[in-house]
Amino acid sequence: MDAKVETPVGEQIKLSVRNLNFYYGGFHALKNITLDIPEKKVTAFIGPSGCGKSTLLRAFNRMYELYPEQRAEGEIIMDGSNLLTSKDDVSLIRAKIGMVFQKPTPFPMSIYDNIAFGVKLFESLPRVEMDERVEWALKKAALWNEVKDKLGQSGSGLSGGQQQRLCIARGIAIKPEVLLLDEPCSALDPISTGKIEELIHELKTDYTVVIVTHNMQQAARSSDYTAYMYLGDLIEFGRTQDVFMRPTKKDTEDYITGRFG
Amino acid sequence: MNDRHLSTQFDAELSGISTRVLEMGGMVESQVARAVHALVTFNSEIASEVLATEERVNQTEVEIDLDLSTIIARRQPTARDLRLLIAISKTIANLERVGDEAARIARTVQRLVNSGVSSRMRLPVNDLAYESELAVSQLRKALDAFARLDVERAVEVLKKDDLIDQEFEGLLRKLITFMMEDPRTISSSIDLVFVAKAIERVGDHAKNLAEQIIYIVKGMDVRHNSVGAVEDLVR
Repeated sequence: MDAKVETPVGEQIKLSVRNLNFYYGGFHALKNITLDIPEKKVTAFIGPSGCGKSTLLRAFNRMYELYPEQRAEGEIIMDGSNLLTSKDDVSLIRAKIGMVFQKPTPFPMSIYDNIAFGVKLFESLPRVEMDERVEWALKKAALWNEVKDKLGQSGSGLSGGQQQRLCIARGIAIKPEVLLLDEPCSALDPISTGKIEELIHELKTDYTVVIVTHNMQQAARSSDYTAYMYLGDLIEFGRTQDVFMRPTKKDTEDYITGRFG
Repeated sequence: MNDRHLSTQFDAELSGISTRVLEMGGMVESQVARAVHALVTFNSEIASEVLATEERVNQTEVEIDLDLSTIIARRQPTARDLRLLIAISKTIANLERVGDEAARIARTVQRLVNSGVSSRMRLPVNDLAYESELAVSQLRKALDAFARLDVERAVEVLKKDDLIDQEFEGLLRKLITFMMEDPRTISSSIDLVFVAKAIERVGDHAKNLAEQIIYIVKGMDVRHNSVGAVEDLVR
């Protein structure tokens, strides 16, 4: 594999990252990242704290724009246009590229409205269609059976795992193309984690999933491609089975075998 | 493995299991040497001693297997750690079979001695001793390469396997001549054919060990390749 342009062989490419540099003020957090995220696959980013994996994830939907001292240079190309310089409304980009955070963040409203809220920003649906959309999203997120009888109740009354699935349902209700998951299971118990991982597997039939995780076993279990980052550099990117069985870089091997210190 | 894990306990577990593999290797290596010594000297007591250690070898294999599954369950190893453990699993199966071959030779010795065969019959047992020296030295080299994770030495083992095969062919011809010249030696000569085959199998197991070492270090499965192809692959 070429050391600089990391392109998965035989895959449709959803997002092309080219020479991406990212700065927090004077701090250079991402250094010339170039890689292709394959469509309808799960791509995991792993690496020690501060390696830039969450920063990269936040660049995909321009989440960093909320902070004036943060800037990105380079290109993230989706459907032929550079997301970083796109003149489109940033909320349209985020509608295409949804994000779920580390801690479940249900809105302080009913389960139903948690889902409907985002949809209303982009579409005005008649009540019946909105009902259908809410049900569809909750079913996709494998939460429907657990909440169908209490859609009017507050989202914050759900368990942590259910809240996280609610957030995923909220993310997919607006029918994005890409779903970004930033440590989606780090606050969850193993059963809830298992459910989310099962869900990730289901989601990739329709969506491109990008997941950042500290849990290497999770990356090994649930992703098709894995990228290892360290101190803002992309060290290795390849098929998950290759990265975990026979990594090409010693740095990657040291990290995944727990020799990193 | 030169560099250490964050978990020193994990390091200890891996080096502990590697040491046990080497111990098991040493055990079966001396089993083969002693079994062949018993043959050359027509000594059924030494043969009995060889048979007595078989149980210990089998037990060691079972214990190492248990340690392997414990480490995998507790540590969820990846990359070269995982390759090491997979290779150890195959290596100990091979070593256990080396022990079986030694036991087979020892039982043959007992049978020969019991049926009154002795050095007076001038059977070519010294040729068998030579074949066995080659095989035992291959095994020792393979174990040494395992201890150092030395790919070059592993490739040397692969290269030399031919020597044992040639020696086996030569022995076979010699024993056939023996049987033709003196049909009274047919029964014991056939026994020696099986011994020669057992020794040849020890060489094959040494070769399998060598292939596993390449897998650990390089991550490449080189089985079922010619030696030349393996040399190209590991370069």
